[in-house]
Amino acid sequence: MYKYDAYDHALVRERIEEFRDQVARRLDGRLTEDQFKPLRLMNGVYLQLHAYMLRVAIPYGTLNGPQLRTLAHIARRYDRGYGHFTTRTNIQFNWPALVDVPDILDHLAKVEMHAIQTSGNCIRNVTADPFAGAAADEIEDSRPWAEIIRQWSTFHPEFTFLPRKFKIAVNGARDDRAGIRVHDIGLQIVKNEAGETGFEVWVGGGQGRTPRLAQKIRDFLEPRDLLSYLTAILRVYNQHGRRDNLYKARIKILVEALGAEEFGRQTEEEWAEIREGELELPAAEIARIRAFFDRPAVSKAQPVPVSGKPGFAGWLRRNRRAHQVEGLSSVVISLKPVGGTPGDITDDQLDIVADLAERYGFDEARATPDQNLVLPHVRNEDLETVWDALVAAGLATANAGLATDIVSCPGLDYCSLANARSIPIAQAISSLVEAEGLAEPVGDVTIKIDGCINACGHHHVAHIGVLGVDKRGEEFYQITLGGAFGNDASIGGIVGKGLAGEDVPGAIVRVLKTYLEIRDENERFIDTLRRVGADAFKESIYVAA
Amino acid sequence: MKAITANRLTDGRVIYRTAEGQWSSRLDEAEHLDGDAAEARLAQAEAEFGIAVGPYLIDIEDERPGGQKWRREAIRLTGPTTGSTHEPA
Repeated sequence: MYKYDAYDHALVRERIEEFRDQVARRLDGRLTEDQFKPLRLMNGVYLQLHAYMLRVAIPYGTLNGPQLRTLAHIARRYDRGYGHFTTRTNIQFNWPALVDVPDILDHLAKVEMHAIQTSGNCIRNVTADPFAGAAADEIEDSRPWAEIIRQWSTFHPEFTFLPRKFKIAVNGARDDRAGIRVHDIGLQIVKNEAGETGFEVWVGGGQGRTPRLAQKIRDFLEPRDLLSYLTAILRVYNQHGRRDNLYKARIKILVEALGAEEFGRQTEEEWAEIREGELELPAAEIARIRAFFDRPAVSKAQPVPVSGKPGFAGWLRRNRRAHQVEGLSSVVISLKPVGGTPGDITDDQLDIVADLAERYGFDEARATPDQNLVLPHVRNEDLETVWDALVAAGLATANAGLATDIVSCPGLDYCSLANARSIPIAQAISSLVEAEGLAEPVGDVTIKIDGCINACGHHHVAHIGVLGVDKRGEEFYQITLGGAFGNDASIGGIVGKGLAGEDVPGAIVRVLKTYLEIRDENERFIDTLRRVGADAFKESIYVAA
Repeated sequence: MKAITANRLTDGRVIYRTAEGQWSSRLDEAEHLDGDAAEARLAQAEAEFGIAVGPYLIDIEDERPGGQKWRREAIRLTGPTTGSTHEPA
């Protein structure tokens, strides 16, 4: 895991002292809200329905024990005993007082964390495969590249006031678990015919009100050219992005308007001017950053255990993932208890995950785009001990990838942008799916819910998406089918008219039952849906509505 | 009828403006206003510094939040509807 150097520490410390002074000036009236708002947003402080919200950056989702304990301490002392993991692998605290935020940032700085790049029209927190450095299907660890991009983009003066926010994801495995096709820039690590590692470069993806899949503009980018090429893309965007219209300001609109080929041509033209300059990555610097991300070693590899304890085998089957090192496994810690709030975790649970990461996980945990946590490196002989501890903590729900593993934005229960509630819909769906005993029989399916079209809950790329809308003061929910996040990325289509909230869980359950009736043997939900088309499910959605 | 609501500067909590020009966390202590009086009071609140952030008018019907934004304002008043341990104190 990357360790701050003196420069990193100084950068974060200086920012905290600057923000402490800005908060003081806001509280004593020297700054108006209009003056203060952009400053607080640059430090991750939003004003939501009930309170301020602090969004803490978790670069490429990677956390260690001391960081998890600090998040627990913040939840306990400054919030209401819990935090909320987001689809951008950050954590949000929903109830901090403004007067406490500088002190909270102090606590974070002590464990090399901050809230920079979690808001504003800058390059946001870079995301990566949550199983990076562990996954059995990995081509190369994506974290060093995400860290290099983090360092390059932090406070980058040219890219601090872009037309809109800008999101970059790096995936280093064969399976895309970072969602590169729904990012402003997606980088896929590949090997060329000579066996050399480089990047496919995808641009112009995104969700929100105009969902678009990214398009590939380069088949192979040499690693040394990464920063110069990113700079070239951002310069084309910065020059031509639509600053006149908030809803057309993302790079996806520009790429669509120019066409990917022309956008790529302009990028290459700009790149030709700068590629041999100071942005070329020295091999020594790449090696220095890589050295922070050692692969854990195991002296005596043990097999994955088979235990007689009820529940353990099921948890292994759903929540364990194969590891690239023999004798190790990765495990998903589900933050989706049936009927619970997706992504929420209590202070005590954060402490327990810290304990487990330190004792059994090579001091690493990851946050995932599905609002779960991962222990990426667990010795096989420790799996049952870890599971026992998770059971005791209420964190052993064996539902990773099932219909109860629902992604949800905070929605109208917290968010000032939302039009409708989303968490209660997620809770009701997961409770009904569980009551009907459908999760295991249905198997892999993604259900994602949003309370507005900004789509923080990623409903566009869910097999079953739910979008809350407001119609003259009443909540309605549109169902989308056929979206996907990953190698087979696609944007879901709206099935028909919106449903009342109380009708949504039943409609989803009927869709799942229809799948069970019509699927071919060993066919996943999304494969059946693609084979038969969304119309085959339409009747099941509206039959009783 | 209308009332004026905002978030408290120090901690962001939901507050309502009283007839005395103070701010309260209780909607039942809010001043009920209509027409020009509501706009005038809002302008007054916007010009003040110190306690409230972003004051705006909300509809009140039967002593509760009303109008098209009734649910949003009801959630602001009573807290998240998500249950479990996350009810506001």
